[in-house]
Amino acid sequence: MKDFSNRYIFIFSVVMVVSVAILLSLTALLLQPRQEKNVETEKKMNILSSINITSTKVDAVALYDRYIRESFVINTGGQRIQGVDAFSVSLRAEHKKPLEQQSLPVFTAVMDNGDTQHIYPLEGKGLWWPIWGYVALRPDMSTIAGATFDHKGETPGLGAEINTTPFESQFLDKSLYEDGRFVSVAVVKGGAEKSDRHEVDGISGGTITSKGLEAMLREGLVKYEKYFDDNRR
Amino acid sequence: MEKIEKEPLLSAKNIKLMTGPLGDQNPITVQVLGICSALAVTVKMKPAIVMAISVMVVLAISNVIISAMRKSIPGRIRIIVQLVVIATMVIIVDQFLKAFAFDVSKQLSVFVGLIITNCIIMGRLEAFALANKPWPAFLDGLGNSWGYGLILIIVSFFREFLGSGSIMGFPVMEKMGVYNFGYEDNGFMILPPMALITVGLIIWFQRSRNKSLIETK
Repeated sequence: MKDFSNRYIFIFSVVMVVSVAILLSLTALLLQPRQEKNVETEKKMNILSSINITSTKVDAVALYDRYIRESFVINTGGQRIQGVDAFSVSLRAEHKKPLEQQSLPVFTAVMDNGDTQHIYPLEGKGLWWPIWGYVALRPDMSTIAGATFDHKGETPGLGAEINTTPFESQFLDKSLYEDGRFVSVAVVKGGAEKSDRHEVDGISGGTITSKGLEAMLREGLVKYEKYFDDNRR
Repeated sequence: MEKIEKEPLLSAKNIKLMTGPLGDQNPITVQVLGICSALAVTVKMKPAIVMAISVMVVLAISNVIISAMRKSIPGRIRIIVQLVVIATMVIIVDQFLKAFAFDVSKQLSVFVGLIITNCIIMGRLEAFALANKPWPAFLDGLGNSWGYGLILIIVSFFREFLGSGSIMGFPVMEKMGVYNFGYEDNGFMILPPMALITVGLIIWFQRSRNKSLIETK
């Protein structure tokens, strides 16, 4: 290999770094709209899957418009906050605010048989990265009609199993309230009692993710307690 | 690409560049490179396959770029230049996956970024691309990523089959009904140490078949 002068090396580095920077910024800028659309579609698919509607990338937007009739934001006092778009609320940013200033999104779906379900978004911590999910409740504001979870990067085969149907379907018909008291649903290690309305089986080998999910359910839903009490039917 | 060359595009030597890494020159089992990702993404077959394809794209293109620039890269900063090229390629691949194959990019999550640290890529740039023309460098990149991908797929097959009872996400064990006879998935296969032991078994098998790979004392 030839020996190059310091001057050459310096110019070479500057040219290389600048051209790489331009190339990367261009790629990022050009692909951004597509990436954002993917994220939005995925969120709609997640919301739909919590009310047990299976959607694909193609029909998610149309199905979302059909089933989700209303979305709004409330505060911990259960009052509606005007002027905030529920769909674009970032729960991660909200969690950093003081409790009384947090915006809590609610999505209302009307099913084909005329039933109303309320969907509440959740976000929490897994083992490695954030986990999130949507829980749909029946009008009694206690019985779970469906739940969907997802994660950014939990261990494949272990914690990552939280976004699979066998795990999610366990939540169906579990209830958040016991004799009028908020108790949430626990994710139990080593086998939950099937008849217990407040327990589901955890994932073997994924204890920390399971516990994170349990905390996410409890801490996320307890903020809606006032709203649940006011709107229970 | 190399039309002035007298050598045909797929000469015996060039084909060897592609097939060598599948066997006696395998980057994982013979050169013992890229073990870290072989361990991380082989719990399930699907991420392993996508990882293999991503590495192929990054390695083949980086090899060509470095090879094309090999006469103008100052030797003193060549490692940094290689890193910049690899990192750029990886970011572009990652951005494209996010835009066009969102599901897959979610499955791989952090591992795409970790392609940058895959020793096979820097190893090939340093050992081959810097001293060879772009076309052979391209073939060398393909060959090595196939060798890498082959091991990834073999390891992930056994780990998914024995650990989760499925192949490519299809629940084979459940369909065969073996759980009714008291069979249980071996949870140990899902844990990282079993990836190393599986790779070890492959190395053992390969060396028992090919004595020339065994170092003389």
